[in-house]
Amino acid sequence: MLELVLFSLLNGLVFATLLFMLSSGLTLIFGMMGVLNFAHAGFYMLGAYFAYTLTGYLGFWPALVVAPLLVGLLGAAVERYGLRRVHRFGHLAELIFTFGVAVVIEEVVQLAWGRTAKSYEVPALLDFPLFRLFRTSFPAYKAFMLLVSVGIFVFLFAILTRTRAGLIIQASLTHPGMVAMLGHDVPRVFMLVFGTGSALAGLAGVIAGPVLGTFPGMAQVLGTIVFVVVVIGGLGSLTGAFAASLLIAIVQTFAVALDVSLSSALATVGLRMSAGGMLQDLWKVTIAQVAPIMPYLLLVLILVVRPTGLFGTRET
Amino acid sequence: MLAVSDLHAFYGKSHILQGVSLGVGEGEIVSLLGRNGVGRSTTIKAIMGDVRAQGSVRFRGEEICGLPPYVIARKGLGYVPENRDIFPTLTVRQNLLLGVKNPRRPGRWSVDDMFHLFPVLGERAEQPGAVLSGGEQQMLTMCRTLVGDPHLIMVDEPTEGLAPMLVRQVADLLVEIAERGVAILLVEQKLTIALAIARRVYVMGHGRVVFEGTPEDLRRNDGVRKEWLEV
Repeated sequence: MLELVLFSLLNGLVFATLLFMLSSGLTLIFGMMGVLNFAHAGFYMLGAYFAYTLTGYLGFWPALVVAPLLVGLLGAAVERYGLRRVHRFGHLAELIFTFGVAVVIEEVVQLAWGRTAKSYEVPALLDFPLFRLFRTSFPAYKAFMLLVSVGIFVFLFAILTRTRAGLIIQASLTHPGMVAMLGHDVPRVFMLVFGTGSALAGLAGVIAGPVLGTFPGMAQVLGTIVFVVVVIGGLGSLTGAFAASLLIAIVQTFAVALDVSLSSALATVGLRMSAGGMLQDLWKVTIAQVAPIMPYLLLVLILVVRPTGLFGTRET
Repeated sequence: MLAVSDLHAFYGKSHILQGVSLGVGEGEIVSLLGRNGVGRSTTIKAIMGDVRAQGSVRFRGEEICGLPPYVIARKGLGYVPENRDIFPTLTVRQNLLLGVKNPRRPGRWSVDDMFHLFPVLGERAEQPGAVLSGGEQQMLTMCRTLVGDPHLIMVDEPTEGLAPMLVRQVADLLVEIAERGVAILLVEQKLTIALAIARRVYVMGHGRVVFEGTPEDLRRNDGVRKEWLEV
């Protein structure tokens, strides 16, 4: 039991930092521009594919730096030459635009890399068990993922809270118009934030690709969960994105690890379900099988109980 | 210094500004009067580039109509909004720092000057802007614009909702700002303040300027006051 709890916690933490790497960018972009960026997970996928190809030419380590930079530049270009023009037609047009970009990314990935999963592997240097506890080992690569994510967050947090650029970003989150009228080039700030958010998504793709798989559906698989995270945390709230990333990741990893049926789980809290009846098949389902639905159940619950999300201030 | 001529602006299909023309000279306080909804705030937002407008706005000899707000601000035009648009989560000091356009080129007023001028703000320098009272927030928005070293500031309803004593303080501050060489275009409801400190006044009605003159002219002109100002 202790083994299960410990490793679920560790795996949950790794997954949480990955989610936060995606959700932080998404929520910042939403906070500043009011745009829910459907293409965000597409940039995550591009990060993985770019890294896969670059690893073939340069090796994993240069790819770890170059791939997110490329994705970031692409994101900045999408904002500068696409979103900024669409902006004046309102939020709906922007939403449709990002949706279009997401579809284009997915199609381009399939054209360029094919429909099958790529064998983008964990680099040999990190392909060993870091430690062994009881009967389970913890891979060094997961520790590396954790390290990279934490490093990035410390860096971003320092920029946001300690620099002038960070002040401008913080103020633009709530009052972009006023910030512009004080003489700050807000469109440029938007482009930088969009580019940085995309680069972060790309980095998440680079480090998640070898673990979660590099295939054309990867954007959709993680993308929907990231939306759930951002809505549960409260659109536009970084703290919320962080808390919700932790919550979703840990709930999901624990659920996946629990191989008990719903009826025995309910029995532990004193609810006896009859073996027969209309719902008999439902009670035989294990918690692990229900795990993928958990985030969405939480989403519905939050929307009913607290429509602004955990830390949000505006209605979703 | 500022010359607006034949300025038009629309919100959807409604024609909000129908050819507004006005001017502000070097170091002058000019009041823009009128009832609610006649387009005074829209006029200054249009000058600032925040509302799309057609016509001509010349500032220090340059056409600025159609430029984005941040470019207009960098040319030395400051805007103090009506709704006290402070950044509530940032500290008072951070709010002021955001008003500084270029930290390497200090202007006439520094952040510390503002703390000397308004000790209340100094005492609360490290507290979030949200905890300030309405009057203090008004001071903060004004100071935040001033540290950006503007040549002209447009102030929208600075005394709205303030206690009488604070109203007097704001008026004194405006006079002092003008004495330091910053021209002021003041949108104000309170006739007494506007007439006391302005050198010239414009009265707006239905999206255009219906009267232009000195405060003395307006005092004598019962017709204009009755038709366009008094409720």
